[in-house]
Amino acid sequence: MLTARVIPCLDVRGGRVVKGTQFQNLRDAGDPVARARLYAEQGADELVVLDVSATLEERTAALDVVRQLRSVLRIPLTVGGGVRSVNDAQALLAAGADKVAVNSAAVARPELLNELAARFGRQCTIAAVDARRIRHGAWAVRVRGGRVETSRCVVDWLEEAAGRGAGELLLTSWDQDGTRSGYDLELLRAAARRVRVPIIASGGANTPAHMTQAFQAGAHAVLAASIFHDDEMTCAQVKTALREQGMEVRI
Amino acid sequence: MSGVSLLETGLANSASVIAAFTRLGVPVERISSACAVRDARRLVVPGVGAFGAAIDALQTQGVMAPLAERINAGRPTLGICLGLQLFGRGSDESPGRQGLGCVALQAVGFNDSLVTPQMGWNRVVASPEAELLASGYAYFANSYRFEQIPEGWSGAMSDYGGALVAGLERGAVLGCQFHPELSGEYGEALLARWLQRAEASC
Repeated sequence: MLTARVIPCLDVRGGRVVKGTQFQNLRDAGDPVARARLYAEQGADELVVLDVSATLEERTAALDVVRQLRSVLRIPLTVGGGVRSVNDAQALLAAGADKVAVNSAAVARPELLNELAARFGRQCTIAAVDARRIRHGAWAVRVRGGRVETSRCVVDWLEEAAGRGAGELLLTSWDQDGTRSGYDLELLRAAARRVRVPIIASGGANTPAHMTQAFQAGAHAVLAASIFHDDEMTCAQVKTALREQGMEVRI
Repeated sequence: MSGVSLLETGLANSASVIAAFTRLGVPVERISSACAVRDARRLVVPGVGAFGAAIDALQTQGVMAPLAERINAGRPTLGICLGLQLFGRGSDESPGRQGLGCVALQAVGFNDSLVTPQMGWNRVVASPEAELLASGYAYFANSYRFEQIPEGWSGAMSDYGGALVAGLERGAVLGCQFHPELSGEYGEALLARWLQRAEASC
């Protein structure tokens, strides 16, 4: 029986952790290596690092930051941002990532997921999907850091991504991102009904109760940024609360 | 303490494994030849990706026989994830492809109703006679598994919709289905015990 995973997310831009609301109005949230070390000490199950500017600035995520993170982290590290090719992924893995997340480039060229899974395995290939609710029960895929809406249906795209070799789905609600009003549970339920790969819920976490709701809706892991960056709750506190709510966690 | 040799197949992601040994103060040398596999005092066989591709790589490098010999002789060898499954006869992932054959086990898939890969932290329960493997939580990322500990080995089990082998050990040979390099303090302590055991048996 797998434990419920709690994953702090570091959005990195220009070597600093940043956090915004609905992907905008970014503010500084510290040094990535210092934050990562702190979160790992506090019991984070994994860490996700997204270079939020990578797609826009046409460059891959900062390899230096990945190297520094790897040297201090004894837990899995997922890195995403600007990955367009097997070579981009290879560079991140060589720098110390364990899993590589792809977003815009996979939407533009879905074969990228097949190529990554064939080369590095499904367990290494993460599809990151940003979802904006367009009406009840329907979400559109957004790309390029949440700025550009596509005509793709999120749940269809998740199914296609898993079929092409994504071994995990990082599903972010654009609407909930940074709002701290809870995950989009309807989105999680719709996704979990359609795919048989692990889903990481992202966007909107403010309390352990939100996380428990996400697990009950079908998520296998929960991602959170703001509550950890602002030192409002530690991973240890979150996991203790999850355990009190009946979840099995690694403490 | 001398270093460890890491078998490079060109498939596995080695950076995390190297970082883990570096944190323990142990230098890592990357090797790929048959004689280096034979001569290595302490050998690590990492592995991600598909069983068949890994066997292809080992055959191309000509390291199948020396690898099997050192495992059978109990020389210090650590297999991680797919590196453990390579110890067996084969895998349902790549039908018809033969493994090293050091343990009489076939890797099989998980029940179809389960979410795969198994991705995350699972409870490991070590059998009483295990000397290296301990009970605790470890990080797994796998779609295939061994189902039981074979005769002549001790180890640890886990459960994901059915029993799976978390680890096998015999003397200084250790195979882990989970990733010790990503399993926090639990994994670091296991690597330290294996290094010590390997040092004692060199």
